[in-house]
Amino acid sequence: MMIIALSKDIMQIIREQDVVPFRNRVKENAVKIKMSLLNQTKLITAASELVRNMLKYAGGGQTIIEIITKERLTGIRLTFADQGPGIPDIQQAMKDGYSTGKSLGLGLPGAKRLVNEFAITSEKGKGTTVIIIKWTNG
Amino acid sequence: MSIDSARLLQKKKKQILESWINSQLAEDALREDMISNDELRANSEELLDTLLPLLTPKNVAEGDVSVFDPVTELLSGIAITRAKQGFTPRETAFYVFSLKEVVLNILQNEVTDDPQGLYEESFRLNKIIDGFAVTIFETFIKGREEVILRQTDEIAEISTPVIRIWDGILALPIIGTLDSARTQVVMENLLEEIVATGSSIAILDISGVPAVDSLVAQHLIKTVSATRLMGAECIISGIRPEIAQTVVHLGIDLSSIITKSTLASALKHAFQILKLEVKKPGAKERPFINK
Repeated sequence: MMIIALSKDIMQIIREQDVVPFRNRVKENAVKIKMSLLNQTKLITAASELVRNMLKYAGGGQTIIEIITKERLTGIRLTFADQGPGIPDIQQAMKDGYSTGKSLGLGLPGAKRLVNEFAITSEKGKGTTVIIIKWTNG
Repeated sequence: MSIDSARLLQKKKKQILESWINSQLAEDALREDMISNDELRANSEELLDTLLPLLTPKNVAEGDVSVFDPVTELLSGIAITRAKQGFTPRETAFYVFSLKEVVLNILQNEVTDDPQGLYEESFRLNKIIDGFAVTIFETFIKGREEVILRQTDEIAEISTPVIRIWDGILALPIIGTLDSARTQVVMENLLEEIVATGSSIAILDISGVPAVDSLVAQHLIKTVSATRLMGAECIISGIRPEIAQTVVHLGIDLSSIITKSTLASALKHAFQILKLEVKKPGAKERPFINK
């Protein structure tokens, strides 16, 4: 049941202009492991939501793109770590339509629905880390 | 005793210029297709004429950068021109570094009896010329950034065309990422064109948008609402299968908007709204598009 990382790619996200290169990098990795177009699109969209959140609420942060395997599964694991203000109430933030900014409030819950595994940890004043996994055939 | 490198080097100006140009010409990196020999010579001579008189013992000893401003200015000009002409950073940097080599060489040849003084003087000159190299780097990059900025502007301008595809029907193909700034331009162009042409239907084609996340969706919804406020209807076309599924999973509600998979079906829908029919000539009572 162990997850093994086959490759690791670290990217800093500082400005809005970093979003597109990051998305392209995710796509390159997804294509490398022959992910279907639908799953690629889902993963990229989820990544896009999370990276935008990071920019909007924490002013940027660090992303890690990994190709991972677990038993016979291969997939992509994305980590989004920021040092922003943190999320006071994660349960509420995961609800559809809740937003402290003026957006649709679908970023976090939507991203969760688009991927296979979703983990979020946040500490007030220290930052938020989101980890998502999308399996090739998941 | 300090070495008066200013006088020494000025005396040797001709020799410096020759060696410098020779060393630039010898470098493989020199782009003879981009800069002519004469231009290179003129450039180099002008720089030496400005630099050498400034190398007084006082200036060299104090290492004050501001006295070399005329040289810095000249170098900035050269760096920017080279950046625009498409020189590589290596070629541009070599321009200054080859001068350093020549100057230090000549100094070494001339001063044979005072190793300590030679070392100190070389050290100071080194520092000054390195300062020039930093300037060259900085301005070179600035020059390249200007090129990029200009291209960005051009792309922004050409990437949001509003096309009148029929009397009363506008189409707006969106290619690339829809961020806030793009949306602003798209919306402005679209609304203005609606007024200018008196159109009642606008088709936004998103075939060229790689990913539709909640921010893009929000921008689309805003554009549609604004179009409706102007009394026109807005159709979104070019929704690919994978985008449709992603949007549903994301939980975005686009049901209030008319969406079509292709521009052709959006146009067909527009014809229906305008009660237009497209027929093949000769085909009796059998509309080609509208049933």
